[in-house]
Amino acid sequence: MRDDNYNFGYLDERTKRMIRRAILKAVAIPGYQVPFGSREMPLPYGWGTGGIQVTASVIGPNDVLKVIDQGADDTVNAVNIRRFFQRVTGVATTERTSEATLIQTRHRIPETPLSERQIVVYQVPVPEPLQRLEPREAETRRMHALGDYGLMHVKLYEDIARYGHVSTSYDYPVMVNGRYLMAPSPIPKFDNPKLDMSPALQLFGAGREKRIYALPPYTRVESVAFEDHPFAIQKWSARCALCGSSESFLDEVVTDDRGGRMFVCSDTDYCAGRQAGSAFAA
Amino acid sequence: MYVAVKGGEKAIRNSWQLLAEARRGDPALPELGLEQIKQQLRLAVDRVMTEGSVYDADLAALALKQASGDAVEAIFLLRAFRATLPRFGYSEPLDTARMRLERRISATFKDLPGGQVLGPTYDYTQRLLDFGLEGGTGKIAPEESAAPAQAAPRVVDLLGDEGLIEPQAPAEGDPEPQDLTREPLEFPAPRAARLQNLARGDEGFLLALGYSTQRGYSHTHPFAGEIRYGTLEVEIVPEELGFPVVVGEVALTECQMVNQFAGSKSEPPQFTRGYGLAFGQCERKAMAMALVDRALRAEELGERVESPAQEQEFVLSHSDCLEAQGFVSHLKLPHYVDFQAELELVRKMRAGR
Repeated sequence: MRDDNYNFGYLDERTKRMIRRAILKAVAIPGYQVPFGSREMPLPYGWGTGGIQVTASVIGPNDVLKVIDQGADDTVNAVNIRRFFQRVTGVATTERTSEATLIQTRHRIPETPLSERQIVVYQVPVPEPLQRLEPREAETRRMHALGDYGLMHVKLYEDIARYGHVSTSYDYPVMVNGRYLMAPSPIPKFDNPKLDMSPALQLFGAGREKRIYALPPYTRVESVAFEDHPFAIQKWSARCALCGSSESFLDEVVTDDRGGRMFVCSDTDYCAGRQAGSAFAA
Repeated sequence: MYVAVKGGEKAIRNSWQLLAEARRGDPALPELGLEQIKQQLRLAVDRVMTEGSVYDADLAALALKQASGDAVEAIFLLRAFRATLPRFGYSEPLDTARMRLERRISATFKDLPGGQVLGPTYDYTQRLLDFGLEGGTGKIAPEESAAPAQAAPRVVDLLGDEGLIEPQAPAEGDPEPQDLTREPLEFPAPRAARLQNLARGDEGFLLALGYSTQRGYSHTHPFAGEIRYGTLEVEIVPEELGFPVVVGEVALTECQMVNQFAGSKSEPPQFTRGYGLAFGQCERKAMAMALVDRALRAEELGERVESPAQEQEFVLSHSDCLEAQGFVSHLKLPHYVDFQAELELVRKMRAGR
């Protein structure tokens, strides 16, 4: 099962140690972006190399790994990453959220509540929440050091002035532990409340941008908003056409070329569990 | 009724199979050998070694074969392989004045010690399709006057003797340069880190940026002081020996751009330098690198930073072909969760009008 031509987890032990040190620092300073010596992985930058390096550094032989992309276990890149770890670690994999000890994800947080025995690894394309407002890193690092987040507040204010509400629907910025502004990765803002006081350890890896950051278990995470314009998540008028859920994030599926639409859960494990009436997904 | 699309695993396996077939082409034709790629597509091999940061023509040829000739894909394969290799140490600094020259030209002096050596180059060919190559060239008679390659002093050193060009001494204490393959780039980046970044940088990107400096976006008045291509021995000092031993030979292209400089409060008028270095024969790359290196020294030389080629963060953060191709191509990945969130938002905004 495991390919012995590669070290366990692909990375050599020294590289893993370097990454673990960055992770420890990230856990010690929640929401702070720790620069690390990101390596070239056998998958392209932008396709999850940060998450893969973090997973490779924390995974052990007894872990049970789940990999999702857009909430689903069977999307092409999730399949490819899961296959990569099967090849270089030989660990057991699962599609069940509740059975996994390590979950690598792109763009979603599972609907099934997480537990203290789980680590979630997020793939992060752009770790710097201020990048679209200020592209120079020397500047954004200074803003983080000073806790100077006026730029973000002005952006949100201008959205409200122009549209009546904030026009960010994913990768919605959060304040971590009242100190650092953090990009939660492009999860829909629907998932933001799940970040707050989560019992699981949450690790964020950005390979191309060479940054790691973290949310230790039970960390306060607030979505940035104003008192008179509180944060709100997406709501659907429809229910999942497969399992009937009215509480999960729904993907819109085009069923014909005459305007036919249906809505289904983006979290395939959650949806399948509900369809099977299993106790795993409530 | 909609059924969720399953079978990603099988689809991926089928895609691999199709790729292998497309790579091989018509099985009735002979398959490309690595030796053929190494010798007959040598410039492609050189580019892959340079941007792949591995001096190994066999691996570069294999990467090119596996990548069906796509340079960026081949560079990717080589870099990913490189990441698994241990690093034993640094070489001693290379003295390019001792290079066994295949080619050496200067645009600043008509003649100079060592002379102008044209060597193998497309520069003086007429770019007419040579239909004689269609059916194979057969035997080529060797060049008659092939004299053994000589070492020659570097043009910048000739100018340096008169003090007309800035000296280039290592920074105080000769600090060990940062290695960007081990540590992340941080800004502002010292010149050594910038040069490493540019040496690994995408040829096309650097070419365009270098070109922009010639068209008014930070004009640096460059002259091609010297371009040399040849081979050099590489030495390392093993800890247990304490003296240098030769571990091999590398082919290199070096470009020294000589740029006008009017002087500043602390510096007299003199020429300044831009530097380019690449594995093998990569002249376009070395020249573009030298132009961009000089442009990036704007702040150090007290020039106004106002053009893209002078902006460190702009240049260095976008020069790597793998970072660029990865992030651009990731748009091919599913984004339907984000798109759903945006759909919902646009509908809400339309409803609120």
